[in-house]
Amino acid sequence: MDLSTILSRVQFAFTVGYHYIFPQITMGLAFLIVLLKTLYLIKKDERYNISARFWAKIFATSFVLGVVTGIPMEFQFGTNWARFSAYAGDIIAQTLAMEGAFAFFLESAFLGVFLFGEKVFGQKVHWLAAVMVWLGTWASGAFIVASNAWMQHPVGYTIVGNRLHISNYWEVLLNPWIFPQYLHTMSGAVVTGAFIMAGLGAYYLLARSHVDYGRIFVTLGVIVGLIASVIQLYPSGDLEGQQVAKYQPVKLAAFEGLFHTEQGAGIVILGQPNTATGQLDNPLIVPKVLSFLTYRRWEAVVKGLDAFPPNQRPDSIELLYYSYHIMVGLGTFFIPIMGVACLLWLWKRRLFTTRWMLWILMLATPFPVIANTAGWFTTELGRQPWIIYGLLPTAQGSSANLSAGNVLFTLLGFAGMYLLLGLLYVVLSVTEALKGPESGEGEEAEVAEEGGLPGLATGTVAEG
Amino acid sequence: MATLWFILVAFMLTMYVLLDGFDLGAGIIHLMAARNDQERRLILRAIGPVWDGNEVWIIAAGGTLFFTFPVLYASSFSGFYLPLCIVLWLLMWRGVSIELRSRVPSPVWASFWDGMFFLGSTLLAIFYGAALANVIRGVPLDEHGVFFEPLWTDFNPFSKTPGILDWYTILIGLMAASTLTMHGSAYIARKTDGVLNARARRILRISWPITILLTVVSTIATFVIQPQIYASFNARPWGAIFPLVAFIGLLGVGHFAFRNRDLAAFFSSCAFIAGMLASSAFGLYPDVLPAVNPAHSLTVDNASGSPYGLTVGLVWWLIGIVLAVIYFVFTYRLFWGKVTAKGDYGGY
Repeated sequence: MDLSTILSRVQFAFTVGYHYIFPQITMGLAFLIVLLKTLYLIKKDERYNISARFWAKIFATSFVLGVVTGIPMEFQFGTNWARFSAYAGDIIAQTLAMEGAFAFFLESAFLGVFLFGEKVFGQKVHWLAAVMVWLGTWASGAFIVASNAWMQHPVGYTIVGNRLHISNYWEVLLNPWIFPQYLHTMSGAVVTGAFIMAGLGAYYLLARSHVDYGRIFVTLGVIVGLIASVIQLYPSGDLEGQQVAKYQPVKLAAFEGLFHTEQGAGIVILGQPNTATGQLDNPLIVPKVLSFLTYRRWEAVVKGLDAFPPNQRPDSIELLYYSYHIMVGLGTFFIPIMGVACLLWLWKRRLFTTRWMLWILMLATPFPVIANTAGWFTTELGRQPWIIYGLLPTAQGSSANLSAGNVLFTLLGFAGMYLLLGLLYVVLSVTEALKGPESGEGEEAEVAEEGGLPGLATGTVAEG
Repeated sequence: MATLWFILVAFMLTMYVLLDGFDLGAGIIHLMAARNDQERRLILRAIGPVWDGNEVWIIAAGGTLFFTFPVLYASSFSGFYLPLCIVLWLLMWRGVSIELRSRVPSPVWASFWDGMFFLGSTLLAIFYGAALANVIRGVPLDEHGVFFEPLWTDFNPFSKTPGILDWYTILIGLMAASTLTMHGSAYIARKTDGVLNARARRILRISWPITILLTVVSTIATFVIQPQIYASFNARPWGAIFPLVAFIGLLGVGHFAFRNRDLAAFFSSCAFIAGMLASSAFGLYPDVLPAVNPAHSLTVDNASGSPYGLTVGLVWWLIGIVLAVIYFVFTYRLFWGKVTAKGDYGGY
């Protein structure tokens, strides 16, 4: 693999990994905002509505970052992966273009109504707008997962000359790879949203500010967080594991650091893969569990990396192994964290005063983002050395006309810009979070308050 | 079928220029038309609820181009690598500047983002014009349909190997900037009252003759640079309808601008832009990306997707676009009328 292709891989991994921080927050929060808005309409308690408005602000900032960092993603297929695009564009771009036509237009239109239209249209339309924004973000996720699923498990194509043609549209849209991956990705997004909500609620309770809202956020966060964390493990994680074992056994072997084919293979808890010697250093292994999880039999044979020729194996075994273990390890911790929090909540709402649990909830906030990012690294590194599994090697998918110098130029440019965007996002979100839910109430008052700015007091413009 | 898709992709790109064009134009005139914090907020309020939706048109057009003309998509995006990445950075930075400007109550913060909004919008307009000019002029495609063009080469106006930016492409870039200034000022005039409206009208009246001048010069230059355009209009004279629409639109802008009919001036500007873009597309057809060596040009036939893919695509595309148009009519009706300093505008 030449340097230009390697740099294109790094650039794509960096830009998509960075981008994915924001959609997982917006997909998760969109769902939680719908719950808050629904609770408001059922219970008629204004605090739920104020909560929904507050989270809409956090959502909006994340949405902007998601939109702007999403723009380069679609275009990078053409800029850096021209041979892949020419080869498979007939298929892969169907789902990518459908995202624009069906998800982005929907989102942008209803987000406008949701953010600006509450007073004009009343509560029912505002609720509907929240639902549509949620559906829009989740539809967007569906089309992206469908595109990725096709690269993992290509279906519905014929090879014509040196290009692929789509032969069956429904086969591509109903690719069996989509469902488990979609469920896993969406529940992962809800885990992120729930941990952020619970984490901020825990902060309010610990800081003894906005206590009413702290309770709402913690309650909703831990209940939704527990359900989503469980779905993440079973059935969605389990289904994905079965699928990988069936279609991509070499990926599974790399996940587990299983260098040699074994009967009754154990599952690795800790250890560092040593590709030079073909073994795990410092292994901590629970025997036979991998065989059972994969084939539901304790004595089943699981193929190791040695069962596959070296040029079929993923090219960064170590990073793939760690990504997988970080994802699974963190995901496993999320269940007891949310489980214990839920029990404390059920036990006469002791959660609200149990400071050690609130500390854990607050400090756990960023970890689902890490787990989700590691999850994407897992699936994408595991697909290597293929860009389209079994059809096109990654080394033959990049743009042949790009010099390494040009790619490094743009990679550094993206890195600089994203560093700045990240700083801005953190500062603005933290400021918004510290101001608390009541701060935005009465926009007029806020504008008047800022009247000290030069020129702001000069003449109002009449309605036309 | 490929020809139909050529028209539909051109339609989507035109929609993008018409819609995002006015908010780019708003960015170009931002510093001139709006002098204080309140006025600048009003400009952002005029475009705030719609700019993101407008920008979706380029994302949707990019995706549609990708599946309908995969070879064109791959070849042009990788060949125009550097300018395209710069355009992406500008789009990102400009989008952020709109949304973050009013988030921190500090005049220094606001001024910084006002400057970024102006700079991003202006450079984008110039780059879009230059991009179109590069496509019209043709690129050094080889027999595999691959090329790579540097940003600039030797600054020689008669260079055999010009870069992305040379006198011709920058000329078209300036024309685009002037056109979008006109387009954006008509929109802002329509959306505002009082002093802001008066300044937008003044900019509209100044940018109109400049646009006429640049259009005449650009048109002459284009016929010299790409003889294919003249040949196309000669072979299919009915295509004269497109430049005619542009011509009437441009006259209309001036006619309505001096009668203070902002909305009519805006729609005339739409006709001018649509007419110019349609003329370019008509002139290039059947090429989608002309090559310096005409034998290597990408055409609607050799760059398009499979017949089955284009057919199924048409079904869902029509559904998607009808929905999109409904959303747009709905959103624009909702935010119809002039923006005011009072009321809830989501923090702009």
